[in-house]
Amino acid sequence: MARYLLRRTLAAIPTLLAISFVIFAILDLAPGDPTSSFPLSIPPEVREQYREALGFNDTFLVRYGKWLRQMTVDEPIALIEQSFGADAGSSRTRIQSWASRSPVMDTIAERLPQTLWVLGVSFLLGIAIAVPLGVVSAYRQYSLVDQLGTLASMVGYSVPTFFTGLVAIIVFSVWLGWFPSFYDTTHEVTDFASFVFQLRQMAMPVAVLALFNAAALSRFTRSSMLENLGEDYIRTARAKGVDERGVLLRHALRNSAIPIVTLIALQIPGIFAGAIITEQIFRINGLGQALISAINASDIPMVQTLTFIFAVLVVASNLLADVLYGLLDPRIRYE
Amino acid sequence: MTRAAPANGHLAGAMEKPAAAGPHRSLWGDVWRQFRRHKGALTGLAVLGLVVAACTAGPWVYWHDPFASDLAARNLGMSLGHPFGTDNVGRDTLARVLIGGRISLAVGLAAMLLGVLIGTLVGVMSGFFKTLDGALMRLTDMFLALPLLPLLLVTIMLFRDSLRDMLGPEAGVFLMIVFVIGATSWMQTARVVRGEVLAVKAREFVVAAASIGTRRRNVVLRHILPNVMSPVMVSASLGVATAIITESALSFLGLGFPSDFPTWGRLLFDGQNAIELTPARVIWPGIMISVTVLSVNFIGDGLRDALDPKQRGR
Amino acid sequence: MLNRPGATRTTTALAFLLTLAACGGAPPGGAGSGAGQTATLLYWQAPTTLNPYMSGGEKESHAASLVIEPLAEYDENGELVPALAAGIPTLGNGGLSADLTAITWTLEPGVLWSDGTPLTADDVVFTWRYCTTPGGGCAQASHFEGVETVEALDAGTVRVTFDGPKPFPFGPFVSSLSPILQQAQFGECMGADAVQCSDENFRPVGTGPYRVVAFRTNDTVELERNPRYRGIDHGLPFFDEIVIKGGGDAAAAARSVLQLGEADYAWNLQVEPEILERMESRGSGHVVSAFSTSVEHLVLNQTNPDRALGELRSEYANGTNPHPFLTDPAVGRALSLAIDREALVTVGYGEGGRPTCNIWPAAPASRNNDECLEQDIGLANRLLDEAGIVDTDGDGIRERAGVPLRIVYQTSTNTVRQTTQELIKGWWAEIGVATELKNVDSSVFFGSDLASPDTYGKFYADIQMYTNMAAGRNAEAYLGQWRTDEIPGAANSFLGQNTGRFHSGELDALHSELQRTGDPEQRDALIVALNDLLVQSYSVIPLIYRGSVSAHGGDIQGIRMSAWDSELWNIETWTRSP
Repeated sequence: MARYLLRRTLAAIPTLLAISFVIFAILDLAPGDPTSSFPLSIPPEVREQYREALGFNDTFLVRYGKWLRQMTVDEPIALIEQSFGADAGSSRTRIQSWASRSPVMDTIAERLPQTLWVLGVSFLLGIAIAVPLGVVSAYRQYSLVDQLGTLASMVGYSVPTFFTGLVAIIVFSVWLGWFPSFYDTTHEVTDFASFVFQLRQMAMPVAVLALFNAAALSRFTRSSMLENLGEDYIRTARAKGVDERGVLLRHALRNSAIPIVTLIALQIPGIFAGAIITEQIFRINGLGQALISAINASDIPMVQTLTFIFAVLVVASNLLADVLYGLLDPRIRYE
Repeated sequence: MTRAAPANGHLAGAMEKPAAAGPHRSLWGDVWRQFRRHKGALTGLAVLGLVVAACTAGPWVYWHDPFASDLAARNLGMSLGHPFGTDNVGRDTLARVLIGGRISLAVGLAAMLLGVLIGTLVGVMSGFFKTLDGALMRLTDMFLALPLLPLLLVTIMLFRDSLRDMLGPEAGVFLMIVFVIGATSWMQTARVVRGEVLAVKAREFVVAAASIGTRRRNVVLRHILPNVMSPVMVSASLGVATAIITESALSFLGLGFPSDFPTWGRLLFDGQNAIELTPARVIWPGIMISVTVLSVNFIGDGLRDALDPKQRGR
Repeated sequence: MLNRPGATRTTTALAFLLTLAACGGAPPGGAGSGAGQTATLLYWQAPTTLNPYMSGGEKESHAASLVIEPLAEYDENGELVPALAAGIPTLGNGGLSADLTAITWTLEPGVLWSDGTPLTADDVVFTWRYCTTPGGGCAQASHFEGVETVEALDAGTVRVTFDGPKPFPFGPFVSSLSPILQQAQFGECMGADAVQCSDENFRPVGTGPYRVVAFRTNDTVELERNPRYRGIDHGLPFFDEIVIKGGGDAAAAARSVLQLGEADYAWNLQVEPEILERMESRGSGHVVSAFSTSVEHLVLNQTNPDRALGELRSEYANGTNPHPFLTDPAVGRALSLAIDREALVTVGYGEGGRPTCNIWPAAPASRNNDECLEQDIGLANRLLDEAGIVDTDGDGIRERAGVPLRIVYQTSTNTVRQTTQELIKGWWAEIGVATELKNVDSSVFFGSDLASPDTYGKFYADIQMYTNMAAGRNAEAYLGQWRTDEIPGAANSFLGQNTGRFHSGELDALHSELQRTGDPEQRDALIVALNDLLVQSYSVIPLIYRGSVSAHGGDIQGIRMSAWDSELWNIETWTRSP
């Protein structure tokens, strides 16, 4: 298993390099300009010098090489320095955002908790809803619960999150006033009251996202359970006298868990794609919002780094899915 | 000449048409029969048909011009004269929803076709030609690993203007969005098709065809392709749903079609600030997207059930 | 001994009450003390840094103005008001040298930085060096244009010497775009090192009413009262804390302040006017607007942008490549008369716009061009008929000397601008002009990419539309954009502000005279003359005098919104009524 892991990780590196090159190449063709949002009272010569200072006018290979070196060498060094409180002046060569003239990774580190809070919780909540629903639906196939559940999950899957989000904001924030319309990213949970506030401000985005996640996952859980419930070993278990709960949970669910868990792992990158839309709707200042505003401001280093990090997440979750699959399924042995 | 009586009565039955077997049953007939049993799928088909008919014929029949502004009739609510109300420059919302549907549906269909085409091509080549398999699968993996939404956003932002210059405003943007969605949604189809091709390739009739010297091209076209059609069709129907949602999401983020193109997503984007003033501007396009995608998903579900031989005939 | 059920009930009640109390937040402070008071400002496009020299955006200078201050700033009427200076230098008080080549500022005595050290003239000199050191890409370098040297005459006096007479010497160190930085803090951040100092850029030490507690780029700024601020003894500032929050969009920010009362101030509300009105009527907040010099206008290409010309496309080429019909003032005047500016304001701008016929809309405002304020399609048609520009082939489009009046009209991608374009297209159709609309993403349109054909500098179209503005009251720099030497072309990489390629010897001469004239009345006359020359050449068609639109909570007092400088220029005098 360890050798397999090592091999896969090493194989992922050329993929990641290729991806970073593709991302960089696409962005390099960017006709955008980081000074385009400046008021026109700033004359063109000043803008030109500003761009010059950003390194905007360097050639493609120079900028790619710099970024690669910064990403693989300078940033990890900076991370180690920050963790141990040392300072060797390597801020000199860190990846600089063109919009804020500050290190990109600092901004990413600041925003990661925001994104993870909302999306992580909604992801987990979605699983918590979907799996039981899928199990019950499969067990009582064609019953009322199943029909309703299927309908609900189809609807939840088909209605776009930006639509439900919009409507939710108007109904719950504006008309009813139950939830704040502005997400406070600096809010710290220090006591019960602030915890309640955090729950209140997270309620809408988490609900909208969790329902969407649950819809997709419950259909899959249902079909996977159905497949397993039709197998011979279930009949054997029943014949042996195992009670229904045991049949469901210890036999069917365990075996269905394998594809379900791998699907869950494969959906992790989807969190960050969903982040982009959700954060726009609910005004959460997380990584998705950082990407959109970086794209709008032609802040190329920020876009590159964020996109690359998303790519790393995708590759890592694929690897996780494969590993989990191997761990959970005793029939599979990796060499 | 009289026919010699077959020695084995069993074989007789096999060589002659059975006398009282009923009407001729074809594969697609069976599929259709099974599909009809799925109530959701039938409803979905009916609803989708309705939507397509409304959006295709509607703009020809409906008397309001979706592009004509009427400053005296701004921000009206739903009424007999304007069934869905008007927007902030007096354009009729129903007219815009109908014509927007044309574009959204066209994008969905075209992007799906492109994705399915690329995916099937890659999958067949990968499954059939051992030498290409490794490289093509690595390519698929790489595309799967690309973070799609960020890249979509960036690509659209970058190329929207230059494509528009080259091909004219409407064609340029349409082609770009179709291309971008299609080029990033073929991977699933490719994987599935590859799996099917590998399975079919090992079946006896393919081996037999190859052994009698059928050219490879004909093996692929006449034997393999027809048998991988079913997962492709399911993929295609779900692909339409994804394409419509992706286009709406892009337009909603302000990065899809420009404002002169009233696609459903664009209408949502334009109307979101006015949601309290004129909610119809947001509710109706949202409902249209949801209903269309829901119908397509149900159809896909029904197709999947109908094409699955284990479920058919149950 | 407590009864069990009773104890439970009491405990529950207590817990409930405590939670309520905690949820209630800090108790309101006593009147006038501002104790425990926080003001929340919504800048939906969040500041990315607190050093305006590092970024050209307005939001950065607004946020920074709470912490760092210039020598003088502009109030809501565009009048200069001293900030760190003791007074405004004039010819009368000897602050300006007689030959207009030097200006001497005297610093307010006893001003301290928030770390306790005194403000000295050395800091002022340092700020000049900081922005003019090469390699730094200082975004406000234009404020120091023409400065030969800045020297500290003593600890409290600074003299700025220009390389020639400068009737308008209030470029350096004036307005929130050119604040004074502390030499001790920024000393190591000169030139190319400037960008490495993100700690300093994010938490500048200042003399202003507040100091930085926390800064997250593009997200939030948290500030607290500066105990060393010179106004502390007068009870200024009122608020203990200021939080500047970013994110979302203009409509959400407007709703938050106007309707829901969740925040106290919202900046830059580019929202449809009817929506803003509705929000205001449903809550206790108020919409405020202020005007300075922003004018949304049409630029008519004076050169020929025909694709068939290849490299000569939209090139000035010393006047040998004129536009087939846009150089004719009759055409420009007809186009201008056909536009209903009131309708444009109603649909797109509301309180944030007024129809205008002047390219310099502020005082001294010309009254000579007001004919365009009312739409007159009949007159427009008559003008074109009289000029012999008629439709000869029956296709509904007029021709001038055989060239049909077909216009490609471009602007940046923006809902209001697109709506404006569509309305104008309709009106021009009524006078026999065919228009093709084009919109370009703003990062491309206002960018400088030499490879892109869609920049406003290249102007490969017939008409383009955008908003122009001056830096503060500097009419001279603003009107200088139309000089012949500012024409962009392939030779200067399209880095020129005269995008319309307008050439007028008379304008060049008038502008040069303006640069030499010191007498205020004569300057005003010249400014009006320049404005009229430009407008009546019909190479620019002013449309809307645009203001900034913001909103504040109903209980906030003391706001004097200025569009000439930071909107938060007088935040120390803001209060909340109990």
